[in-house]
Amino acid sequence: MATMKFMCDAERCIECNGCVTACKNANEVEWGVQRRRVVTLNDGEPSEVSISVACMHCDDAPCIAVCPTETLFQRDDGIVLHDKDLCIGCGYCLYACPFGAPQFPKQNAFGERGKMDKCTFCAGGPAETQEEEYLKYGANRIAEGKLPLCAEMCSTKALLAGDAQEVADIFRQRVVQRGHRDGGWSDNPRRERVRAGQGNDLSAADSLAYDATQQG
Amino acid sequence: MNTSTPWRGLWRLSLLILALVVSLGLAQTALAQADPGREAAIAVPALDADVWRQVKNGETGPNYRDSRFDSNYNLINASGETWRQLRDRWVSPFGVIVILGMIAVIGLFYLVFGSKKLDEPRTGRKLLRWSLVIRSLHWTVASLFILLALTGLNLAYGKAIFRPLFGDGFWAAMMSGTKLIHNYLGPLFGILLVILLLRLLAHNIPRKHDLAWFAKGGGLIGKGHPDAGFANAGEKLWYWLLATAGIAVIVSGLVLDFPNYGQGRDTMQWANIIHAVGAFGLTAVALGHIYIGTLGTEASFEAMATGYVDESWAKEHHNLWYEDVKDQAVPEEQLAATRPHSRGEEPTPRSG
Repeated sequence: MATMKFMCDAERCIECNGCVTACKNANEVEWGVQRRRVVTLNDGEPSEVSISVACMHCDDAPCIAVCPTETLFQRDDGIVLHDKDLCIGCGYCLYACPFGAPQFPKQNAFGERGKMDKCTFCAGGPAETQEEEYLKYGANRIAEGKLPLCAEMCSTKALLAGDAQEVADIFRQRVVQRGHRDGGWSDNPRRERVRAGQGNDLSAADSLAYDATQQG
Repeated sequence: MNTSTPWRGLWRLSLLILALVVSLGLAQTALAQADPGREAAIAVPALDADVWRQVKNGETGPNYRDSRFDSNYNLINASGETWRQLRDRWVSPFGVIVILGMIAVIGLFYLVFGSKKLDEPRTGRKLLRWSLVIRSLHWTVASLFILLALTGLNLAYGKAIFRPLFGDGFWAAMMSGTKLIHNYLGPLFGILLVILLLRLLAHNIPRKHDLAWFAKGGGLIGKGHPDAGFANAGEKLWYWLLATAGIAVIVSGLVLDFPNYGQGRDTMQWANIIHAVGAFGLTAVALGHIYIGTLGTEASFEAMATGYVDESWAKEHHNLWYEDVKDQAVPEEQLAATRPHSRGEEPTPRSG
């Protein structure tokens, strides 16, 4: 069985927020709730970089571990879903989540938060009918054989979604192309050499990228 | 022949240029496909490893932006996993051990030593110990404590027991109710406990003889009683536990209960740990308090039930207080006769 994953290639993300808009539109989530967000580091500096974040559908999901009502659960394909009928709005998932994915429509006194909402990987959630499912959780594109709309609509294909192995293969190929020393996210000595006009020597800097080609 | 040579040369030259142009174009497509330097050269400059280390530690720079409305989240919630490990690996097992352990210890103690009987028979003369106000406060706080403890335990451990037992429908309603009771009655408990603590403060100032009381283990086992005033050292310990750990549980509970003030995730993680550790500990000690006040000691329960204690009980358990108030003892019959009329206007008890 495939394991579904998101992956955002921070070097391609142009902070257009198309994923955020696509998600909002596909799932019609409540006002104030935004399942996906785009984070920009070093905004306005030469090293500015952006990354799109939502639920990352963790293998060992902290939200599932701490939820007192078993609202959160993981499907066989790795997608972490939530059951709105069980949620009591205690906020534990929000304390535990590494990515700030769970959100609540309210934040009122006496812990009145309403029902938690989070990214479903466009896979809906438990409901009796399709209409109910759409109202509660938004689209179930996975059931229609489609990938999450955020990734489908990403203009630079920075945001990838799908089977972890395929996503990893695509990213690995990009890393090899870029010749990054350690996984594509840190300093890129070859780019600096190319820019400085010092040629295109692959010998020293690309050991990890080379390793990546050997693993694939 | 000579005249035709330049023509031929020109023809060759144009062919050569055409070939060059075509090959150049081909070379460029080949370059785009195969030259790894190309994507490297146009890619966005990446951040160095130190920046990603900062992200992993939950730090944000001055030029950090988040597209989500009103968000105070960083990219990685670094303390989330710490909180999860603390809660699931340490606090949850601690609660089970300390509460089940206390039940086991009390059960064993009762089986081995039994309850503490009065050494002398009752005299039938009664002393006023707790006024109606204190008793009402005590039983309200006690009921709320039990309700909060049960709902709190259900929030912590209920999913392991009740979901498989009752099925989803009932379980969902049960958990919603649990959270409502816990969140709305919690602050009420907090207010009433503070009032009760303030009213009982005068009785619970530590004295020198309290040390001797502890040294003798409170006379819990065997015959004989160490000196004690209106409140013995054990009661004072329970009082000061509530005045410290109890207040910590209340304050941390309020932090969790009122997210409308915008406190961050980190604050609420710590509040949750303090709340859980304090509440499990207090629940365990409360079991001891309940045991001593009911099964554990003969004639203790009537103090908080009726407000009056027997002279013999006072002499044995609170000898110093008894010396102060022994002249106020009232015969049981007289008390029974006056009770219906004097409700609510009983004399305030004198402390020792």
